[in-house]
Amino acid sequence: MPPTVSLAVARYRPEEESEPSVQTYEVPFRKDWVVLDALNYIKDKLDGSLSFRWSCRMGVCGSCGMTVNGQPRLTCASFLSAEPPGPIRVEPLRYFPVVRDLVVDITDFLTKLKKVKPWIVRQEEKPLAEGEYLQTPDQLDAYKQFSMCINCLLCYSACPIYGLEPTFIGPAAIALAQRYNQDSRDEGSAQRLEILSHHDGMWQCTFVGECTKACPKHVDPAGAIQQYKLTSATHWFKTLLPWGGR
Amino acid sequence: MARPITPFLWLLFSAGGTVAALLFPVHLFLTGLAFPLGWLPAPGHERLHALVEHPVARLYLFVLISLPLFHWAHRFRYTLYDGLQLKHLTALIAVLCYGAAFIGSALAAYTLWSIS
Amino acid sequence: MSAPAGYTPYHPRWYRRRVSVWWWLESRSYAGFVLRELTSIFVAFFALVLLWQVRSLAQGPEAYSRFLARLQTPLFLALNGVALLFLLFHSVTWFNLAPTAMVVRLRGKRVPDLVIAGANYAAWVVLSAAVAAILLRG
Repeated sequence: MPPTVSLAVARYRPEEESEPSVQTYEVPFRKDWVVLDALNYIKDKLDGSLSFRWSCRMGVCGSCGMTVNGQPRLTCASFLSAEPPGPIRVEPLRYFPVVRDLVVDITDFLTKLKKVKPWIVRQEEKPLAEGEYLQTPDQLDAYKQFSMCINCLLCYSACPIYGLEPTFIGPAAIALAQRYNQDSRDEGSAQRLEILSHHDGMWQCTFVGECTKACPKHVDPAGAIQQYKLTSATHWFKTLLPWGGR
Repeated sequence: MARPITPFLWLLFSAGGTVAALLFPVHLFLTGLAFPLGWLPAPGHERLHALVEHPVARLYLFVLISLPLFHWAHRFRYTLYDGLQLKHLTALIAVLCYGAAFIGSALAAYTLWSIS
Repeated sequence: MSAPAGYTPYHPRWYRRRVSVWWWLESRSYAGFVLRELTSIFVAFFALVLLWQVRSLAQGPEAYSRFLARLQTPLFLALNGVALLFLLFHSVTWFNLAPTAMVVRLRGKRVPDLVIAGANYAAWVVLSAAVAAILLRG
């Protein structure tokens, strides 16, 4: 009898129930399987009604984020063998509204992301005839880490402030704002600063640091936010001085 | 939009946190434990009074007291707001915290200024 | 959780779990974070002790002796002992987190985190030694 492991999966069928419930499934325990493989086994062989998101199964699309044994994880990167013995709890990403089973609604994040203008902002576009923007490896280094974000939202799920204060703009959005602020081709820092200086911008963050721990791509959003606070504070200080530009 | 004051409060918080981190442990260890318990010889009133007469010492003590108070105010305000979820009292909490820090700093300033 | 976020469309059948007021007990990381934030209470406590010391100093030798006597009572020795633990926790977490906020670039390359943290710890030692030297000298 090949070894099996149980998965305690959160179910939520809005047309039948008003609260989520838990359903347990026995899946084969394979050393090379991740939680996503187990979920797909359940859907293929045991219960076709289970709903969940996934796509690339290799940690670059950001679709398969869920709460595994209480931690926000990419299910395509969570090995069954790495979890402690006993049923593995799989629940939808915390702090987001649950649409069905393991599927959450992320409209909130998408709205906030758009607000921070995650694109190169220029006063004047450089004409094509002038050629490409040139960037040294050091200039690339200044923002590269923040560009690794795959919008998987594990950081939002780890951030207690986002849970307590749903209007908080959140770690990924601020890290992506920094990705463009630090890009030598960008000229939009002032506009983003204006937006993120609001009460639910960067100042809601109390540097819990959980976002950085949860991030599967080592973006370090907590670092991005603290650096942004320092820049914002220095900028504020400069505007006090009579010769300080605005 | 009026210039937001949060960056300034955060600067005070950071400065206060740094002052407390660098200087409070040694002061607390000496004044609060080593001297009262007799582990190390405590400076007498005369010596301390002579030290405090220096304007630099008075400035040092003012910074040592006021900045950490503002550090507490900012941090405690957010702890109450997030930890106890006291959203509806947010304005009151802010006034009480920064107000208390301000009063403590003012008292320190007045005392240090008027030492003869 | 307070009123629904203005940005998330209201949908009657989406399930929104309420965040418990005990959210900070749900994991060791969260509990550690709250403990770190609570160090600010002891920071304020010692700032007030310093204020008390300065005021006693200003009021003369008798007032100062009363201050010193008060610090020798078991209550204050216990409070100060606990406060010292929390202040040390504050210092260590503060210096360990300093590199995340303070990014220094020398000749285009980022100075390693360990160097920034190390510099902070070194400053801590030097300043503490200086203060001790001033207060202990004759």
